[in-house]
Amino acid sequence: MELLYILLIPLCTAGLSLLPFGRKWAAAVTILGALAVFLLSARTAFFSPRGEEVVALPGWISCDGLGALVLLLVAFVGLTAAIFSWEYIEKMVPSDRPRKIRRYYARYNLFLLSMLAVPAFSQVALVWIAVELTTLLSVFLVSFENTIEALEAAWKYVVLTCLGAAFALLGILILYWGMDLSGKEPFTWTGLSRASAGIPPDLLKAAFLLILVGFGTKAGLVPLHTWLPDAHSQAPSPVCALLSGVETTAVLYVILRLLPVLQSAPSIQGERWFLVAGLLSTGIAAFLLIQAKDYKRLFAFSTVEHMGIIMVAAGLGGPAAYYGAAFQMLSHGVTKSFCFFAAGSTLLVTGSREMATVRGLVRMSPGAAMALMAGGLAIAGAPPFAVFLSEFSILRAGLANGQYLASGLLAVFIVIAFWGILQPINRMVFGQPLEQSKKMGLPLTSGMALVLAAIPVIFLGLYLPEPLHELLRLAATALGR
Amino acid sequence: MSDPQAALLVCQKLNALAGGLFLLTAFGMIAMRQVLASLNLFVGQSILLAAAAFFLGLQHGSVHLFVVAGITVFVKALLIPWLLRRIIRHEIYARREISQVLNIPTSLLIVVGLVMAAYFISSPLLRVTPDPFIRLNLPIGLAGLFLGAYGVMVRREAVPQVIGILSMENGAFFAGVAIASGLPLIAELAAAFDVLIIALVMGLLTHRIHERMGTTTVGRMVSLKEE
Repeated sequence: MELLYILLIPLCTAGLSLLPFGRKWAAAVTILGALAVFLLSARTAFFSPRGEEVVALPGWISCDGLGALVLLLVAFVGLTAAIFSWEYIEKMVPSDRPRKIRRYYARYNLFLLSMLAVPAFSQVALVWIAVELTTLLSVFLVSFENTIEALEAAWKYVVLTCLGAAFALLGILILYWGMDLSGKEPFTWTGLSRASAGIPPDLLKAAFLLILVGFGTKAGLVPLHTWLPDAHSQAPSPVCALLSGVETTAVLYVILRLLPVLQSAPSIQGERWFLVAGLLSTGIAAFLLIQAKDYKRLFAFSTVEHMGIIMVAAGLGGPAAYYGAAFQMLSHGVTKSFCFFAAGSTLLVTGSREMATVRGLVRMSPGAAMALMAGGLAIAGAPPFAVFLSEFSILRAGLANGQYLASGLLAVFIVIAFWGILQPINRMVFGQPLEQSKKMGLPLTSGMALVLAAIPVIFLGLYLPEPLHELLRLAATALGR
Repeated sequence: MSDPQAALLVCQKLNALAGGLFLLTAFGMIAMRQVLASLNLFVGQSILLAAAAFFLGLQHGSVHLFVVAGITVFVKALLIPWLLRRIIRHEIYARREISQVLNIPTSLLIVVGLVMAAYFISSPLLRVTPDPFIRLNLPIGLAGLFLGAYGVMVRREAVPQVIGILSMENGAFFAGVAIASGLPLIAELAAAFDVLIIALVMGLLTHRIHERMGTTTVGRMVSLKEE
């Protein structure tokens, strides 16, 4: 039942936030709704019978370990981004346009709903629709600032991702065809996994490649990533946190779901495709982020890199690498959203997106500077943060498998990205200020969101609680056969 | 020859006719220089998609496919053109040539290559079934998908890009009515709804871009890039 409530609550809050009850009403309703969704997701993830699917509507809405992990991640970032939105949007929208604030929150809730639907749906055709809706419901959030750049970013975003989705649609229809030929299993993830041995390998391969290209576009895999840095840098920062932190992960989750299906036909070499796509994304993104001039774009390129790392982890194969992939999804999601909150705070304080014009942030706003530095260190993979631990577990799994070339390349790319992220951020935070500037405090809710988002970023690098470990293990088993 | 066999043959022939015309409209969309003509071709293509669904429904005796045909006509041939005309009237009726990256004869040559590629790619897939409907619809659907994608890539303007995306979905569903005819009706309904939202969202965004910049030549928006 929790799953149904999880889907119904954002729908209700979307409607409620359109009611004209003052400027704070919509924000408050959204935060409360997101909190309820988070608590219910935590219940789904941690308090359901071990290793069993949570079923709300058999054959339509259910979720296993991997689904619960993504659900929890989306709900957590949804909550922190809602808190961060409170004063951020308040400051951005002129005081005579209360309708714009209400519309922001209505769209925010609908976007959250579509992302929660991706892991909650188990019927594959409906998952496609949920993924397509994540694009369509977030387009006007990307173009929210209504600048020329924001409109351009929103247009590229909607055109390229819809183009990809049409390819993925044919892939899913071919998958259904294969299921139909092989017997009468329901068209769900588990049914697909069971029926996979009967699907002709040619069909499976065609379906997989269409879906990899189609959803790969939306997950930001190179060479179809070109829209991603634009959209993820032009949107308001709380929306960037959702786009970069969890939307890409939710789409990648759909691609990862095909991994156990592909393993039934060794002739396709599914792992090889994952490995190549992943290494290509990681490598090219690592070089692209060196030349970024805008710090939000820097974090967006880092998202492309991390999507690649998760693909590589899935391609390495074996329980340890799958565990690493699940852990990386979690750690990247929480860390990237934290980074965008830090970037948003920096933008609030300095008013500039360009790295070259921000110097000596630590003197202007110690809070934002600390957050930006911590975010940079955490996403680059410095110890003792969560990303370090997850990347380390992936590399260790790769070496244990004897895949020295792939692991070696991955390690090199991670090191390049590490340098590419930390060098400019270091200059922004500690560099010589360009002019005398006065100190500015951060808004209270931004600080709260930063603190809340920082908890898993730091905590998971030091200690992984037993229930979370169990959830990651379950997610890893869902990736293997 | 017995009656059911003759009926099957007729359905098959009619479906083939719809398929041929479907491919022709896809070519037409690449060759058209005016926005309104492209939109009308899209409407024609959607009706042909519905016709294919109808003939398949006759053949399989499935009410479900009749419903799909009905939804397709209602959403794609009536609702979407009406919606686009309402939101971006000035763009639809603009009497000027669509700005393209490549000229039309070159485009048509490339597109012929894409159709051959679609047949080439689908040939190993067709080995699994002797069903004459699938053997016809899958390559044509795939070709429709490729041609739509090509249209999106080469056209610099917003509305032709929207039409390109919608015709890609038509291509996917043209294959889909044959290969996935048993897909639950709710999924089909949701997909139709989804296509409607695509048209609505992209139409509104086009309207906004026009308002803000006075042009919808989206291919010339290049302010976002690395140095």
